[in-house]
Amino acid sequence: MFKNITIYITFFLYVFNLSAQKIIQGKIVHKVKSETLALEGANVYWKNTNIGTITDESGDFNIYSSDKTNKLIISFLGFITDTLTISSDKKFVHFLTEDLTTNLDEVSLVDRKKSSKLSFTANQNLILVDQSELLKAACCNLSESFETNPSIDVNFSDAITGTKQINMLGLKSPYILISEENIPMIRGASQAFGLTFTPGTWVESIQVSKGTGSVINGFESIAGQINTELKKPFTDVPFFLNLFVSGNGRLELNSHFNRKLSSKWNTGLYINLNQRNQKVNNNSDDFLDVPLTDQLNILNRYQYTDLTKGWVVFYNWRVLNDKKQTGQVSFDPHYDRNSSQIWGGEIDTKRFDSALKIGYVFPEYPYKSFGFQAAYSNHNQESYFGLRKYDINHKSFYTNLLFNSILNNTNNKFKSGLNLSLDSYDENIENTNYSRTDRNFGTFFEWNHADIEKLSWTAGVRLDFNNNIGAFITPRLHFRYAIDSSTILRISSGSGRKAANIFAENQSLFATNRKIFVDKGENPFYGLLPERAWNYGTSISRNFKFLNKNSTLVIDYYITDFINQVIVDYEKEGVVSFYNLDGNSSSKSFQVTFDVNISPQLELITSYKNDKVLIDYRDGRKQKQLVPENRFFFNLSWNSIKNVKNQQWKYDLTTNGVGSQRIVENSINPNFNQSPSFSLINTQLTRVFSSSSEIYIGIENIGNYTQKNPIIFENEPFNNKFDSSQVWAPIFGRMFYLGFRYKI
Amino acid sequence: MKKYIYLLFVIFLSNAYAQDSPKKKKISFKVSGNCEMCKMRIEKAALSVNGVKYANWSIPENQLRLIYNSNKVNIIEVHESVSNSGHDTSERKAPSEIYSELPLCCLYVRE
Repeated sequence: MFKNITIYITFFLYVFNLSAQKIIQGKIVHKVKSETLALEGANVYWKNTNIGTITDESGDFNIYSSDKTNKLIISFLGFITDTLTISSDKKFVHFLTEDLTTNLDEVSLVDRKKSSKLSFTANQNLILVDQSELLKAACCNLSESFETNPSIDVNFSDAITGTKQINMLGLKSPYILISEENIPMIRGASQAFGLTFTPGTWVESIQVSKGTGSVINGFESIAGQINTELKKPFTDVPFFLNLFVSGNGRLELNSHFNRKLSSKWNTGLYINLNQRNQKVNNNSDDFLDVPLTDQLNILNRYQYTDLTKGWVVFYNWRVLNDKKQTGQVSFDPHYDRNSSQIWGGEIDTKRFDSALKIGYVFPEYPYKSFGFQAAYSNHNQESYFGLRKYDINHKSFYTNLLFNSILNNTNNKFKSGLNLSLDSYDENIENTNYSRTDRNFGTFFEWNHADIEKLSWTAGVRLDFNNNIGAFITPRLHFRYAIDSSTILRISSGSGRKAANIFAENQSLFATNRKIFVDKGENPFYGLLPERAWNYGTSISRNFKFLNKNSTLVIDYYITDFINQVIVDYEKEGVVSFYNLDGNSSSKSFQVTFDVNISPQLELITSYKNDKVLIDYRDGRKQKQLVPENRFFFNLSWNSIKNVKNQQWKYDLTTNGVGSQRIVENSINPNFNQSPSFSLINTQLTRVFSSSSEIYIGIENIGNYTQKNPIIFENEPFNNKFDSSQVWAPIFGRMFYLGFRYKI
Repeated sequence: MKKYIYLLFVIFLSNAYAQDSPKKKKISFKVSGNCEMCKMRIEKAALSVNGVKYANWSIPENQLRLIYNSNKVNIIEVHESVSNSGHDTSERKAPSEIYSELPLCCLYVRE
């Protein structure tokens, strides 16, 4: 009895305490001509909470003040959603404005937040991808996370390396500068497998920029730039767990631990385990459909934040250990290595990364800041494929000093700085050693003029001194013009260069017995010239109402014109040759994307893409092999409304239509020189149980479409015509997967 | 080549340090308004005055913070520019005909 009274009193005090909160009173009205009318049924709620109310017939509402936020959101269908900052408990009157214009910035408050969208304000053609987009596909690493993005194509992995490469504007990933928190990351030795070395759950957001992009991170981007931001210990949840199992024997475990060390220091430990130890061979050949994998990936971050003094510091270290086994099902590396009876291979990669970043914003002058980055990595791959051995060691040091400030006023910002990079390569391929050191010193300046209503631009130039390329200038220019408040025209042009690391970038050649020919010359990169290209692009985007639904139409056209390129020539059977371009090589990419918010819960994206990648090979001009000229993309995503317990359903359906691809000469099937077109359907369903746990299930390749005989000369794996790199469709058919996420 | 590198480094550093000069001043004053659209309009009007380096208007406080070059700017010019965009400042009232043309969400309560 006494206990009950205590509980009663505690409860009473609790309620009393609640009622001690202030009551905020207000009235929501709108204007019709010159008359002010009350708005009945408008939603009034505190930002990021479930605490809310609706207005009565006279537009009045009462709501308790919140101790979490003072941002009060007022929304009503057909009106622009407003966020008010409540600083006193004085009764107020607020006018809502009818949503007649389709200004993206305001509309996005009414609609559900898009997980992937074209930036409205950026001068560049910049697509912002957030975390919820990464949750749409079957897990688990960066290369797979692009499967729901129409601008980036994920290729089909060959059976030997099992790695999905990505394409942008019809060009392979070496032509894309892929950075992690603005430090160039996937380059050199990590080009082939690097995207699979970043677990998807570590990623906070991705920025994809089409065209050459900014000059700040280097001159290597030609088709585009992709930057990933990782989770930050300061903002990430204290604990996160993801478990994933798939029908092709893949097991994945991700866990994050974040801790506060002091008021300014935070640390995070991120561990990823990825295993496939079940031998899968569903087609009729003798080879594993996907390699056996064993990957351990650990990242430890430290973050120092002192916002009043303007300092932010990050220090990361990261280790990776990845083992793959590939080849014939019966291959056992202990007995069969170097055997000329059973074909098999192993790829063993060890990598260490360490990075320090220091950022300082002048507290007196908020537009002025310094940034310093230094990164070191050591990438070591030891591997053999049948009787062919390939080892590469790549040590890299990169440092960047950046200064941001303004010219005249904050509508004209500039970034200027220096970077220094050292890359040393040591490669062994079939007993031939190639070693090389690239030293590069660069300085850059980029001017950004902002005028959201009219013309803005980003003009950048960099000057580099490279021991192997020489001194050269890289200019890049981006214009953005607002034709009206909802139509944006963008134009860009710029140049880029890179050293082709021919073996590391083309590791699928090891999935063949083709004889390798490299043109001998006096040039620094395996005797070949550095690659060099210009990229020009234009894009128009318009927000409008389609059947009274908010819609966006984006039309892009990009041309990449190579002045020099290292041609990888698979045209002749049994041979792969590398030589400098003699003639023309260009990629013309046209894309139309239309997306519509059918309802606040339902979004539809469709896209059509045409890539003409024409290269002058030694035997004539042809479309690049295995690059489909036409692609079609369709994505439907639906979220139910969260209930009070935060329970929710999420559903996603993605279809990729892949057009016909050119196939190289092949004596087994001499008349097969164009692949059929086909489409692939993936789907995923997520059930959110609460704000801390959810389960997702999905099916990849529902139609079970596969390439029937992916390996040429599969019965003679030591014949020099043996080739498993000519993959134009999935090797693995329908796949089910199941996963679980938990966070505190 | 080394010579160039040193030269560039010196240019870079001098560029970084030459930015601060004693004539740069900070000020803040009251400007009335409601929303994000007001913010864009107020900051644009302030920056349109030659010599204003930085303008940041805060919605909850209704304060406009400026950094400006005191040799070039007489601060009353900023009050004039902002009030002519339709927003009352602590020194200047906006002309009624401009105020009444503002979008509905921007019609702040006039004192």
